[in-house]
Amino acid sequence: MASQTSTPLEYSTHQNEMTILGFWIFLGAEIVLFATLFAGYFVLENGVADGPTLKDILMMKDVLIETFLLLTSSFTMGLALHQMRQNNLKGMLIFTVITLLLGAGFMYMEINEFIHYVHEGVTMQTSAFGSALFTLLGTHGVHVTLGIGWVILLIIQLVRRGITPVTSRKFFIVSLYWHFLDVIWIFIFTFVYLKGALM
Amino acid sequence: MKKQSMFPLNHVLGFVLSIALTVGAVFIVYQTDFSASVKMNIIGTLAIFQALIQLIMFMHITEGKSGGINIINIAYAIFLAIVVVAGSIWVLTTGHAAM
Amino acid sequence: MKYDFFVTGDPIILMSQIGIGLTMIGLIALITYLKKWTYLWKEWFTTVDHKKIGIMYIIAGVLMFFRGGVDGLMMKAQTSRPGLELLNAQHYDEIFTTHGIVMILFMAMPMLIGIMNVLIPLQIGARDVAFPKLNALSFWSFFVAALLFNISFVIGGSPDAGWTSYFPLAGKEFSPDIGNNYYAIALQISGIGTLATGINFIVTILKMRAPGMKLLKMPMFTWTSLVTSVLIVAAFPILTIALLMMTLDRMFGAHFFTVAAGGDPMLWLNLFWLWGHPEVYIVVLPAFGMFSEVIATFSRKNLFGYVTMVVSIVAIAFLSMLVWVHHFYTMGNSAAVNSVFSITTMMIAIPTGVKIFNWLFTMRKGKIQFSNAMLWSLAFIPCFTIGGVTGVMLAMAAADYQYHNTMFLVAHFHYVLIPGVVFAVFAGLYYWWPKMFGFALNEKIGKWHFWLFVIGFNLTFMPMFFVGLDGMSRRMYTYSESTGWAPWLGFSAVGSLVMAAGFAALVYNLYWSFRYASRDVGSDPWDARTLEWATASPVQEYNFAVIPEVTELDQFWKDKKEGTNKIKKEDIKDIHMPSNSAVPIIMGVAFGIVGFFLVFEMFILSAIFSVGIIACLIANSFDYDDGYHIPAKKVLETERKWRGDL
Repeated sequence: MASQTSTPLEYSTHQNEMTILGFWIFLGAEIVLFATLFAGYFVLENGVADGPTLKDILMMKDVLIETFLLLTSSFTMGLALHQMRQNNLKGMLIFTVITLLLGAGFMYMEINEFIHYVHEGVTMQTSAFGSALFTLLGTHGVHVTLGIGWVILLIIQLVRRGITPVTSRKFFIVSLYWHFLDVIWIFIFTFVYLKGALM
Repeated sequence: MKKQSMFPLNHVLGFVLSIALTVGAVFIVYQTDFSASVKMNIIGTLAIFQALIQLIMFMHITEGKSGGINIINIAYAIFLAIVVVAGSIWVLTTGHAAM
Repeated sequence: MKYDFFVTGDPIILMSQIGIGLTMIGLIALITYLKKWTYLWKEWFTTVDHKKIGIMYIIAGVLMFFRGGVDGLMMKAQTSRPGLELLNAQHYDEIFTTHGIVMILFMAMPMLIGIMNVLIPLQIGARDVAFPKLNALSFWSFFVAALLFNISFVIGGSPDAGWTSYFPLAGKEFSPDIGNNYYAIALQISGIGTLATGINFIVTILKMRAPGMKLLKMPMFTWTSLVTSVLIVAAFPILTIALLMMTLDRMFGAHFFTVAAGGDPMLWLNLFWLWGHPEVYIVVLPAFGMFSEVIATFSRKNLFGYVTMVVSIVAIAFLSMLVWVHHFYTMGNSAAVNSVFSITTMMIAIPTGVKIFNWLFTMRKGKIQFSNAMLWSLAFIPCFTIGGVTGVMLAMAAADYQYHNTMFLVAHFHYVLIPGVVFAVFAGLYYWWPKMFGFALNEKIGKWHFWLFVIGFNLTFMPMFFVGLDGMSRRMYTYSESTGWAPWLGFSAVGSLVMAAGFAALVYNLYWSFRYASRDVGSDPWDARTLEWATASPVQEYNFAVIPEVTELDQFWKDKKEGTNKIKKEDIKDIHMPSNSAVPIIMGVAFGIVGFFLVFEMFILSAIFSVGIIACLIANSFDYDDGYHIPAKKVLETERKWRGDL
């Protein structure tokens, strides 16, 4: 189809263009949403109420693995989109599935990390620090989980319909979402984990 | 808009950079002798760079007819994020509120 | 858990419960008897038409205005004499809480969003909003949230910690009842819808304007709606997180706001007002836009200082994100914090003052027509100025230690919000009613409505300034004779009755006009200036047979004067329309059920019903319905009906 034209397929209709813009604006709202969570965390991070601090419970190795998993998944998502723009459905699906697996691996590691924290005696009920930590990480984790479900729905549609203006727009949007979650994770990694290790 | 090449150079470059920046941040935290606040400033800057890489190389923020609007939108959102985070910290941890 | 499912032991509430039950049965029976279910489902419940969604918002807003108004009357009755016991302290707490929330979130917001819905696509020459189905979802999530919030007083008990729900009072320790769960959940559901509305309108206004309509050629109401939408997207995520924290604290034992566990109750105030202050501008900016349209039309002049008006709106929006601390100067902050926020707050008065002068200069040397819409705009200017000036008094941090949480503050924000929002909604309804329904509201009954309401408003709220300065704090359910407040408050109670009579006149006007007003109102009854008047009254489902071309501000006025407002037969093509969808209403109902079980902390049931929400999302993802086309022939027929020639 339109793979020879200069504009990518996902921008080919006015409705698509509006939907993509709408999603960018939604991402703007998500930035404010996560900023609020970060603000809450920064205000409460010292409120440990005699319980453990982040430094006491931190598993930097696991966190690093999570980070690499998510960074790589963001890369493979980018490759899937690249394949889509080459109009190569098969390559696109392969990279999408790899992305999904990496995302699932991230979630597995994160849940493990949560279980570890609970064993170490930090839960949402322990202290304000615990509440803020689990809420910030949990909100990000829920976003990743929703992203995984969303990508699965899109894989089904891609298999059934191929690369069309509608499926390419949908896929472009989910890729934006996925990269965005990676951006949030970079800030979590730096301002929660590395900062925690420093304190 | 120029046609994309077969080899996703941008993506590979972005990926390599983001891994390097992550490893760099960890290195600074664990292997250097700077004071904690200097370390925070450095890794904070690295995080911002990495976010920009994602935005430009992976998310193609400037693409499409609404590229200008996108940039204004994200810049505004970042302004709001700074207001919310810095404002909350300032208001809740200074003056008589400081406990 | 500690609650009774039904609120019991109070005759008034028992009567309401029976009344609500009977009304519901009666309504269902009536609709069944008239065989209107299919009509309602097909034409309204599943509609994605922005005009119908707007009308549903407005109807819901009027109903909520009634409920919030009754709350207000009950408070005025209770404080009309010293030592009265019409309501006990608990009831009084519940009533001022629900009054605030209903009026701001379930009256002002839907009224304004409703009018935005009806008008924005018409003003910019578009066929619908950018995402019609999302728009329907916004409405249903608002509506379901409003219902959920309103059943609280008969099922489980109302929230009672004030509309601001400050911690620690709103926490589980001091408010163990179910009421504040309603606050957390209902506001969350309606907030999701509002955020979607914000995104929808930003994209609509940025991407769907008629060819030639540059940003600086948009009508003022469109401009204010755009800026309001931006503020919605900026502020509502903060509320989402604040409410999430509240929910986790109340239901899952988290400690965001518990001092003993390292939390900080001031974090709630901080986040609440980070949202809450922009929220004031979210409701007041579209109102400014409506006044601008009305004043320009009825002064027979174009708006004075259009560009300065735009600049000042943007300045207000920018500053509104930087003033939130003025709601809690008295937390005992450092002098630096209070000074900075004092200054930013006072700075907002500058662009607002600019706007007041713009309206005055628009009227200068104009041929003013005292129609009802114009009367409301004229009354707005002095009343709102009183609110604004007292606001500058409150902005001074040092002085605020004296005014804080007194009736002076209550009088101030009623002087801002009632002229700024309610007068605007009335002006807007009188002005655009013909466009929405094809008949005008009666001007004579409208005059009764206007004078009773405006006089009643001033009688009610002016005395509050004085009792406030005299030391009466807000939210006091009673007081003693020796305070000397009795005459002021008695006066105020009488005023509230006059205001209620004004509202009754409005309701009578709606009824009378619906029954008897002439249906031959024409497409442009006020000789107006903007594009919405280039459509039929009521508007055709596709809005514009041919998308107009725009070369300047007040395009419709120019076309009329130059006689170029005709369309050509050859230009009419098939028109693409979005299909109706049942997903939004079903998803809204699912939100409501999940929310209801969450309120009662029945987590398993709410998890089960969450599957319904997910199912709706999946169904929507697989929905490839691309809408339908109205054939050109049919469009031509419709156009001939109201244009006559073509």
